[in-house]
Amino acid sequence: MKIRHSLLLSALVLAFGAAHAADKTLLNVSYDPTRELYEDVNRAFAAQWKRQTGETLTIRASHGGSGKQARAVIDGLEADVVTLALSADIDAIADKGKLLPANWQSRLPHNSAPYTSTIVFLVRKGNPKKIRDWGDLAKPGVGVITPNPKTSGGARWNYLAAWAWASKEYREGGKVVDFLTRLFKNVPVLDTGARGATTTFVERGIGDVLLAWENEALLTLNDADTRAKFEIVVPSISIKAEPPVAWVDKNVARHGTRKQAEAYLRFLYSPQGQALAAKHFYRPAEPDKVADKAALARFPAVDQVTIDGAFGGWKKAQAEHFADGGFFDRIYRPGS
Amino acid sequence: MSIARRHRRPLPGFGISLGLGTAWLGVVVLLPLAALSVRAAGLGADGWLRAIGDPRVQAALELSFGAALLAAFIAALVGALVAWVVVRYRFPGRRLLDALVDLPFALPTAVAGIALTAIYAPNGSVGRLFAEHDIKIAYATPGIVIALVFIGLPFAVRTLQPVLETLGREQEEAAASLGASRFTTLRRVIVPELLPALLTGFSLAFARGLGEYGSVIFIAGNLPFKTEITPLLITIRLEEYDYDGAVAIAALLLVASFACLLAINAIPALLSHGKRSDG
Repeated sequence: MKIRHSLLLSALVLAFGAAHAADKTLLNVSYDPTRELYEDVNRAFAAQWKRQTGETLTIRASHGGSGKQARAVIDGLEADVVTLALSADIDAIADKGKLLPANWQSRLPHNSAPYTSTIVFLVRKGNPKKIRDWGDLAKPGVGVITPNPKTSGGARWNYLAAWAWASKEYREGGKVVDFLTRLFKNVPVLDTGARGATTTFVERGIGDVLLAWENEALLTLNDADTRAKFEIVVPSISIKAEPPVAWVDKNVARHGTRKQAEAYLRFLYSPQGQALAAKHFYRPAEPDKVADKAALARFPAVDQVTIDGAFGGWKKAQAEHFADGGFFDRIYRPGS
Repeated sequence: MSIARRHRRPLPGFGISLGLGTAWLGVVVLLPLAALSVRAAGLGADGWLRAIGDPRVQAALELSFGAALLAAFIAALVGALVAWVVVRYRFPGRRLLDALVDLPFALPTAVAGIALTAIYAPNGSVGRLFAEHDIKIAYATPGIVIALVFIGLPFAVRTLQPVLETLGREQEEAAASLGASRFTTLRRVIVPELLPALLTGFSLAFARGLGEYGSVIFIAGNLPFKTEITPLLITIRLEEYDYDGAVAIAALLLVASFACLLAINAIPALLSHGKRSDG
């Protein structure tokens, strides 16, 4: 019995010792559509870090719905860095988890968003319902596919982009709410996430228009088969979707990975990082750094409002629109 | 006792087995449920009623309870039929059918959801036939019921099967020889024997359907006040960081499941009691 115990003990010591001696690991907790982007980024950064420091860095990535991922970090998933769909989710990690300071967004350039995207329409080939702009989405008989803003970060950008257009068009609060109510009446299915909504539209053939991240829409059309069936419509106004990144102070302090985590995020702003973002259909925050101009030419010019300019920041937008009893809940009132 | 001691048992003694078993059960099942209950109790009756009284929660509860009840009813009927066929007849493919019954147990619920949605969507093989007549299956209440029948069916079949196996043909033959019609035999002999198992299967399917998330979420459509199921609303409350709201709804589902469990355990006793006083 004693022998067995000491065996177990030495095995434990070995295991822990080995883990200690091993090189560093970073955990990047991200949202759904960044899977392909970060596969590339992680490989490139680990190689660069090895060249610069000699240290072998293993970067693990976790993907899922942005809100769910934020909750997992609050509940103890030990993320070294978070790269989420909206700053409201990282704000929640700062507010409710106290894992990083409230001013996290000012620590990196461009509001901590190394790349941006915007919201565009994906319609069926030939655009049979003649959908040109946001106003067409509220017309009777048009099926609009968008995920649920309550469960999907991407859907919140969709909703706010529609709101931004309507406030410019109608200039009156009641009419804006009325427009969004009519728009959401045209939604036959509220998927819980962006990829699910894409499936509903592309595979199940439901609806006439999909409100999508531009990077997801471009990715979908990257395939010749889908290019024969769908096309992108760029609305007159859209929103500048800024998926932010941050290192998680409490966790990197515990893991001793502060230096690596910050270098990893700053790499996203380097010419190589910016080029990778463009390659994966994200608009680079500093396009001047990207050598391949053809990659930039894929992004059409869009008049984009910002969350700070049009909505007074995410904290305000979140509370007014998506919290319990907010505008989105009012849009879905019983009997309406 | 002396006999018991002479037989070496494959497992260590009763004390250790029971201790380990209950400890494990406690950590995995009871502790989280207790934590949920404590959290729910912390809300107070006021907070709890306010959370549950929200019209959107009410609509979701109505849908979830209604769909789960209907689905459990269908699952019990169809399950009885499947169990009867598997137990009473010998035909090629019987073993396969028997094995297939367990498929909803083994399948990840998301797989079930995607498969069902693909079939019943307006462009799916079955959904297309209904879409021609303007009937919606997927993204409407019928789709929810179908998904819940799918995951509830094995409960009904597996609770009925052993009872049907022990129910000998002799009683039916005796009834027939006494001049009972097929319907009378069914009503007076078979159904009373099957009733406890039937109700158990029904309750299990109902409790499972009430909390089912994975397979329903794809086919439901998820429109507030129309096709939004209660478990989705729990998720939504969590997305709003409204832990209290989520806990309030979760606690209600817990109570409902617990009531089902109690009912399942009480049913056989009640029925056999009734029968004894009959006889």
